[in-house]
Amino acid sequence: MATKHLQPLGSKAKRLYVNIMFQVMGRALQAVSEVDDEVCNEAYPLPTGFLFQMMVMPRGASLLIEHVGDGRFKYHSGEAPRPIDLAIKFKHLEHAFLVLSFQEKTSVAFANDRMLVDGDISYAVRMTRILNRLEAFILPKLLAKRAVKEYPPDLQLPEKLISAARIYLKVATHFIKTARAS
Amino acid sequence: MSRQYYEFFCPVKVIAGKAALEHIPYELTSIGAKRPMIVTDKGVRAAGLLDPVIAACEDSGLEIVSIFDDVPPDSSISVVRTIAALYRREKCDSIIAVGGGSAIDTGKAVNILVSEGGDDLAKYSGAGVIKKPLNPFFVVPTTAGTGSEVTSVAVITDEVKGVKLPFTSSFLLPNAAIIDPRMTITLPPHITAATAMDAMTHSVEAFTCMAKNPLSDAYATAAIKKVSQFLPKVMDNPKDVDGRLELAQASTMAGIAFSNSMVGLVHALGHATGAICHLPHGLCMSLYLPYVLEYNLETIRQPLGELLLYLDGPEVYSATPASRRAEASIAALRKMRNTLYQQCKLPRTLKESGKVTYDQLEAIAQMAMDDGAIMFNPKEADLKDVRAVLENAWAG
Repeated sequence: MATKHLQPLGSKAKRLYVNIMFQVMGRALQAVSEVDDEVCNEAYPLPTGFLFQMMVMPRGASLLIEHVGDGRFKYHSGEAPRPIDLAIKFKHLEHAFLVLSFQEKTSVAFANDRMLVDGDISYAVRMTRILNRLEAFILPKLLAKRAVKEYPPDLQLPEKLISAARIYLKVATHFIKTARAS
Repeated sequence: MSRQYYEFFCPVKVIAGKAALEHIPYELTSIGAKRPMIVTDKGVRAAGLLDPVIAACEDSGLEIVSIFDDVPPDSSISVVRTIAALYRREKCDSIIAVGGGSAIDTGKAVNILVSEGGDDLAKYSGAGVIKKPLNPFFVVPTTAGTGSEVTSVAVITDEVKGVKLPFTSSFLLPNAAIIDPRMTITLPPHITAATAMDAMTHSVEAFTCMAKNPLSDAYATAAIKKVSQFLPKVMDNPKDVDGRLELAQASTMAGIAFSNSMVGLVHALGHATGAICHLPHGLCMSLYLPYVLEYNLETIRQPLGELLLYLDGPEVYSATPASRRAEASIAALRKMRNTLYQQCKLPRTLKESGKVTYDQLEAIAQMAMDDGAIMFNPKEADLKDVRAVLENAWAG
């Protein structure tokens, strides 16, 4: 007898949340590479055309960005144009939700084997630092402290607020452009 | 804080103790292997360490079909291909790796090619690429430090591209690790010291880094106790068979601990120093350990303090105020290094090693920042922090 699998409501909500967070983070990664010199310097050694993906296994939500050179990222909303160079894969939607809802730090998620790294580990270390820097900027300090291993002690409030405002403005603009184009 | 979640895995059968080598024929034939090949290096053969392995097999009517004894210290894809071709030509059905980290990693890589087929080792590089069990694989360590006999990782150099290829899969783990004190009894003092400090560092980092868990803690503390008790005895009396066996077991236990909890900044710095200055791994571990613990101190005060019990024994532990135990643990490690320096000149600083120049520190720092081990260090180390640790380790 054929049975129809029904997804629980909580699971659907988490899937939607993770999907939205990936879209925001992807655009924010592009924005922070245009706003922050430190992120730009971290991204600079990545090969031009380098594709980075974060995704939920096996074929769940994903985030895709490309290093377009000079430390700048470009967010891709569609399919990857070529094979991915580095992927950080959450083993389950629940694990992605734990990290993206700031209940589990990215570093702790790695320690807890929530994620697999497919690609060069040294690039994964670099991308993790960039993600941490982004989270320190765009999240309120209390929330950021839950997301990163250590909140950067030299990140002062004025720098944080100005950078966050610029990043959010770029993210919003990108969303509007994408909506108009579709 | 207790871990809310952890994973622990070690399916390797450990065969340890006196006359352990003589169990190899039974263990091999019990999993259907009849034509073993030995993978080793010239040093192991010259030291006569193959003789008891071969004798143990021949006494039971098991012929060693082929021996490859030319594994270099930094093994490469071409070496792996050569051995795989020999394995196929001689119709071998199993591998016994006899040696240190390089011979064991080479054995793992050869097993990938001969089990999966083909000659393109690079396509199996990365995590989780291998999807099925490989051919029977046994490991006989001849040093007591790397713990490679119980780790699911191998690193092989791609000499054409000039990069090191990592291979990670639980299928790389050997079917059995044979720990026999005859294999380490002839180790010279400075290698005994450096490899034992490698095991010590595996254990201390396993116990203090981010992925520590109750099971890896148990292995780590037992290994620390063994190294602390038996390294001085073996340094005083290198022919102490019981002491050698204890150190070899400590190395395996430390390997089980760190392969299930990962390591931290000591290893990140050690990998970079090894790559740039070609300093032996165990020496790097011994050298950096106290400086990194001092850097991490406030983040790891509680677990590091607990280690005093295993480093210095219950009397010292109970006589030391709880608030001073972490510092006392570092002091115990420094004392151990000072003794080893007096006994075999094991360097305590980069300067003492004589193989590192001050102007290489920046390159070491940059490379360490991109090492995977840094992710599991309990404290977020930025470039400035890493430079500061290196400055401290330069001259002590």
